[in-house]
Formats: sequence, C-alpha cells, structure tokens
Amino acid sequence: MLEHDVLVIGAGLAGMRAAIAARAGGATTAIISKVHPVRSHSNAAQGGINAALTDRGDEWEDHAYDTVKGSDYLGDQDAIEVMCKAAGQALIDMEHFGVTFNRDDEGRLGTRAFGGQRRARTFFVGDFTGQALLHVMFEQLIKSGVRRYEEWFVSSLIIEDGQVCGVMALEVRTGQVYAIRAKTVIFCTGGFGRVFEPSTNALICTGDGTALAYNAGAELMDMEMVQYHPTTLAGSGVLISEAARGEGAYLLDKDGNRFMEKYAPNMMELASRDVVSRAEQTEINAGNGVDGCVYLDCRHLGEALIMEKLSQIREIGIDLVGCDMIKEPIPIRPGMHYAMGGIRTNVDGQTNLPGVYAAGECACVSVHGGNRLGANSLLDTIVFGERSGNHAAEASRSVDYIEFNVDQAVSNEEKRIQAFLDRPQNGDRIASVRLGMGESMNRNLAVYRNEEGMKKTLVELKELEKRYETVPIENKGKVFNTDLIFGLELGFMLDCATPIAMSALDRQDSRGAQARTDYPNRDDENWMKHLVIKKGDSGPELSYAPVSITQWTPEERKY
Amino acid sequence: MDVKLRVQRFDPEAADPKPYWEDFTATIEDNGTVLDALIKVREDTDGTFSLRCSCRSSICGSCAMRINGHAGLACKSQAKDMMIDGVITVEPAGNMPVVKDLVVNFDTFWDKIMAVEPYLKPEGPEPEAEYIASNEAMLHLSDVTSCIMCGACFSDCTVLEVDPSFLGPAALAKAYRFTADPRDGDENGVSKDRLEELTKPSGMWDCTRCMECVQACPKGVAPMDRIMALRDQAIEAGFHNTNGARHTEAFSESVQHSGWLDELRLVPKSLGMTNVSALVGYAPIAIQAITHGKMPPIIHKKIPDSKNVGKIFDKVEGPKKR
Repeated sequence: MLEHDVLVIGAGLAGMRAAIAARAGGATTAIISKVHPVRSHSNAAQGGINAALTDRGDEWEDHAYDTVKGSDYLGDQDAIEVMCKAAGQALIDMEHFGVTFNRDDEGRLGTRAFGGQRRARTFFVGDFTGQALLHVMFEQLIKSGVRRYEEWFVSSLIIEDGQVCGVMALEVRTGQVYAIRAKTVIFCTGGFGRVFEPSTNALICTGDGTALAYNAGAELMDMEMVQYHPTTLAGSGVLISEAARGEGAYLLDKDGNRFMEKYAPNMMELASRDVVSRAEQTEINAGNGVDGCVYLDCRHLGEALIMEKLSQIREIGIDLVGCDMIKEPIPIRPGMHYAMGGIRTNVDGQTNLPGVYAAGECACVSVHGGNRLGANSLLDTIVFGERSGNHAAEASRSVDYIEFNVDQAVSNEEKRIQAFLDRPQNGDRIASVRLGMGESMNRNLAVYRNEEGMKKTLVELKELEKRYETVPIENKGKVFNTDLIFGLELGFMLDCATPIAMSALDRQDSRGAQARTDYPNRDDENWMKHLVIKKGDSGPELSYAPVSITQWTPEERKY
Repeated sequence: MDVKLRVQRFDPEAADPKPYWEDFTATIEDNGTVLDALIKVREDTDGTFSLRCSCRSSICGSCAMRINGHAGLACKSQAKDMMIDGVITVEPAGNMPVVKDLVVNFDTFWDKIMAVEPYLKPEGPEPEAEYIASNEAMLHLSDVTSCIMCGACFSDCTVLEVDPSFLGPAALAKAYRFTADPRDGDENGVSKDRLEELTKPSGMWDCTRCMECVQACPKGVAPMDRIMALRDQAIEAGFHNTNGARHTEAFSESVQHSGWLDELRLVPKSLGMTNVSALVGYAPIAIQAITHGKMPPIIHKKIPDSKNVGKIFDKVEGPKKR
C-alpha cells in the first residue's frame, strides 16, 4: 500500500518547497508529478524574485504597499503582509541552498528594477531565475529524502464520506493505475494557462489540480483575474521577460513613439502589467501596431548588458522569430500569462476541504488580487509552499488514515479510463476542441472584455463540453500514452474555463486584469469583494467574500 | 510551410516490437520549429505518436532528440534550417533505452546525476545573511547552472556509447558547478572530497575530449570544458596519483622538454612506473607495435630549437608549472 502523511501533487517550486518543509516537519512525505520535477513550469519565470531586505534600507511595508496597489486593492492585505514579511528569509534560504544570484560590486545579492515597484528589490539570476531556483529546489528535494513519483499523472481524487483521503494515479511509463493514500493532500499543480490560446504557459499547464479540487467541492476565488503579460512574442506567444523593461527597454508603436508616456508618465514601461497591457492593446486597436503587435526595443541597452543579463530571451527571439534584440526591436503583444485566481486558501494553504491544501499558482490566498506584480510569483510559491508543508505535516500528526477499499478503487479507476479509451471514435480531435476553447477564451476574456463576448464564450463552452464527450483517443496502449493524458487534461481545462468566464461576467466593474468596456470604472462601493465559485448540485454557484484591509485604504491607481 | 519528417517510431506493445521509420508531412508557420511540426503530427495526424515536450522555449529540457543524427532540442531548431534534401530526420536521443517513439528512459541519466551528490555542501558555518561572493564567480557558475538536464550531451557522448559506467558530461558539469562554487567545500571554497571521488575510474579522466557534448548542448554549458576544468582543479588540489593526472603531466613534460611527445615513455609514466601488472597488460600492444614497425625511437631526441617550445609553455602557463 502506498501511503504518506503528506502527499504533494505537482513538483514545481511550490510543490517541492512544500514537500521539503513537510519532511523536515517529521511527516512521511511524497511528491507526485506528471513530469519530472525539473521540467515543471516554474522554469519559465525569468526576471526574478522580490524581497525587501532591511540591510539594503528596504522595508517589507513598502513591498506590501506596492503589492496591494498592484493588486488594484483586491489582494488580501493580511496575506500580503505575511508574504512580504517572510520574503527576506525565503530569499536568503534560497541563496544558502545554492542559487547563483547575480551580485553587486560588494559581492552581496544584486537587484534589478521591476514593474509596479518604487524601488529595485528584484533579485535575479540572469534572465532564468525560475530555472535556477527550480533546479536548486530539486537538489534540496533529493537531499531531503522525500519519495518522488516522477511522471505519474493524478487522474482523480479518492473521496470517502466527503473527505479526500488519497489520489488515483497513472504511472505514465507503464500505464498502471495505483491508489495512493494520504492524510493530507497539497495541490501545487500550477496554472491553467492552456485554457487560453495562445498563452505563455507550457503545454503541461492544464489546471489539473484546480479542476480536481473544484470537482471535489473546493472553493475557487478571483477566477476572473487572468493576467495578460505585456511582452509575449509574436506568433507562439512565448514569454519575453519583464527584466528587459526592468533593465531599461522601451515599448514603441509602429512609428517609434514611446506610447507609455500617455498612460503612465511616471513609471512609463515599468507600470504594473495590467496597465501596460491595456496601453498596448489600446494602441494596437487604434492601428498603431504592426500585425497585432508593438515593439520592445532593447538596442540602447548595448550588447554587453544584454549578453550578461538578458541572453536567454535574446536567444528565444532569434530561435522563434529570427530577430536579434541587440540589433532590432522585437515584435511583442499582450498575451495570457498567469492566473491570479485559483483554489481559495488561508495563509497556511488550507482550503475549505479538510486535509486539502493548495499553494503556488493553483492557489488563491489572495496575495495578487486583480493583478500580480512581476517577481511576486516565485516569492508566492516559496513562502506559501513552505507554510502549507509545515501546516500539513503538523495536521497529519493528529489524524489517522481513512480506510477505503483499495482494490475496488483501482478497479473502478481502471474501468473509468477504459471507458474513456473506448469512446466512439467519430468525434472531433482533442486538438480541435482545445483550440476552440482557447481561441474563444482569448477572444472574449482577454485584455478587454464585455458582456456580449463573455456570454458568447459561455455558450461556446457548453458546445465544446458536448464535443468533448466524443473526442476519440486513438492510442489504446498502456505505455506512455500521451493521447490519453491529453484527453484527460482537456477535461480539466474545460472544468476551469466555465468558472473563469462566469466569474468575469458576474464582476461588473473594471479592476486589475479585468477591464470591461461596458463597466469601464472601478466600483469600490459594489465590487470591492472577492468572487467565490463552488460546484453546486445544479452547476457552479457564485458567492462573495470580503477583502482584508489592514493598513492601506483603497485609492485611485496612478503610475 | 510544409515540412516532411522522417520519424523513428517504436511501440513496445506491438506484436513484434522493433523500431521502424514513418514519414509525415506537417504544415506549420514559416518560422516554426521542428517541435511545432512534431506536435502537428501528434495533434492532427496520429494520436499514437508519443514525445515529451512542454515549454516550447528551451527551458524545460523535455524535447531533446536526435535531429538529422545529432542531439538537440526540437523547440530550438527552426524547421526550415533543418531540412536536408527537403526532409528532417528525427530519432530518439541516444545512450538511453527507448520507451516509446521519441520517449527515452532517463533512469541512468539521473542515477549519474545523483552519484555526484548534487547539492551544495558548505563545510563552514552558514552566514546569517547571504554568502559574499564576486559577481564574476556567480556569472561563471550561472553559465553551468543554465544546464536544463535535457540529456542532449548524454545522448551523443561517445564514451558512454562504449562505456556505460562513465559519469558522462551532464553529471560531471553538475559536479563542476559545486567544485567551482566558492560556497561549497572548505573555507577556501575547495571541494576536496568531491574532487577525490571524481578522479576515480568512470570520472573526469575518462572523457576522450571528442567535443560532441559541446556541440550538442543547446544552452552553451560546454560540458567538456567543465570536465577539463575539473581536471585542473583536481591536480591543483593534489590528486596527482591517477592515470589521467600522470598522463597529463607526462605529456606536457615531454613536449615542454623536447618539443615533441615521447611515446615510448608516455604509457609507463601514465600507468605508474611501478604498476607492474598494468604494464604487463600493455605488453601485447607493445609487441604488435614492434612487429608492425610502429615502435617509437628508444632514444628520444629534442627537436631543433626545442627551447622555443618551452618558452611557449612559459608564456601560456606562466613561468611556474601548473
């Protein structure tokens, strides 16, 4: 019998940090991931990680204020305080683990400027900070002795009397189905970026954990808040780091004008992401772009700086659009990037389901509110990953495993998967349904939204759900059946899509990432509240939750 | 743009499981990658076709495979640049067993990474704040830590092909990432225990410097250069008593002294003059060399102006020997 006090699902930064903490807390701990841990999407975070270090003359309160303002006052201030207070130690821990952070002239940790912040407090490793952190976290995971289930796909949760007591998982290499029993489960499954097409997100970001938790009765929060990153590459939509603008790059329209002076005269290109994305989209819509893009111009930064600090994004530009940023501006546009919303948790990662936790992008604490600041996501994963791991380890001490019939559970899941494989083969292909969903979301739930478009998407999602019932699974084999996995993932994505669209339609104001052309203003009187969505007997049920305000009174945002 | 692909496939569950070739055509954007084409095949033509891929931007390390015979990332290879006579040939990465189609089993790859104890091991007390280190040292390390563990170097390593016990380029580069880290090892940043371990057979001295790993690496890690740097570190740390170190020293001594290589004495000097059993093992090769007229001269004469060669050594390495 496979059983663990703490079972972490997902092995990105949040998951590995949670597992290491739980193990250090004395719990028998395992981590399960559909890809090898170092393939996780934390890799793709480029620019850095925020922390206010007091020995640099920075204060956590300043970081917290910038985060609150960045969130368009929808972030919970108590949670933001927890994160910003913990940031310094979290950063130093990572350095002690072995991260090769860039240094200043005195050999101390060096910083760069980042969007929406009044001082440079972003610590970085070139322009591959996420990868550097992820690989070091994996080193620590190896050292910790946590059991690793690598390339195991969690296909469903085991629920007895309304209580989550383990997971069903498919070992991808063999196709074998296993039941894994757990006292506590921590979802660290990342975002749902692939619900949109295009997206900066990796192909694995399919919202598996969000969907599993939602279907088990967990509350989702702030689902309407989907961040469009200002600089995603023309074509594939791959991320070009905010670090470029942090180092001083310009945004230009087709005539070479720095249009940000119209929208954020003080912060210019380093205004918060929602502001910059809206500015770009406004320019593009007004015909001031080229082929749906504007330009990111790094030429004046010089070859030496680009090679030292931005070399990876330069390579991406050359590889994917044949454009060398040392010599020419590169075409970029706003693109779906990050989910501020997710599984609703408290500051210890607890959800409304007993024994079920969430941390990282799949969770909503909410520290990002309506709009996440660049370089706060890596911080979020590490701080709340650790806190979830600590709490779960402690909690698992006082509870027992819940008994269930393992053979029955395995056999039921095998039958379910077989039935999935045996579906009629005459439907649309997986890719066509996925594309239909992604394009509809990107059309109507992008930078600018309105009622008509979102309603249309909700209708289209209903049709897509029907089409999903008959997508054929061509591969009937057991060994590394990616066709089956894509089929199951598409189901998870569709489960995420409706709550996103429903929440966005319900929120009748413009705040953070949600900009409605039919409700263009922020309406604090009526909409200074979180949207919570939960699966009810007859479909999704919306409710509201108050925003925590501790010391920063909402005011108009200007950059 | 239409892309013609010739893909090596393998289905372990087939009645008679063996690799076979299959041709596909995929329509992609003009600046699309080999990965874009492979994904098209999987999505639009054949759902049974398996490969690993995720980020599409050379950072997750999932899609290493052999393209036209050489390992690389499919997502970093523009399709239009990879066509040979209008076709792109795609095979699974080498030196690892194939699981299905382009998916290989990475177990031995990871076993070797684990073998170098891949985590920072500082010997002194931890500072309260960050370790103080030069930006230069960190940038140098970052060149190595930008390794994404894709296995391209492992795939094309010619030593691993004949000697599966070799630690291989990725694990040795990973080891170097720690031996070169001022925070790892003793207070001077010397990781003596690691270096001692790595001088053992299957370690740093088993690389034959074929350069394949440097060519294959999509991230500029240049594993072979790191292996050479490990050798320098090991000799500097006092690990002279290995075949590799002796070979290096005998080689350079001979050239420095006479201007060319004294082949006759290189072998005994590398093996150790008192290492009788190993020397006897070389006897058949020596006899073959003699009978084929390949016996090096017994008296090793200096070349004319050999002291100029010595001067080059001084210039490159400084007056004192490495």
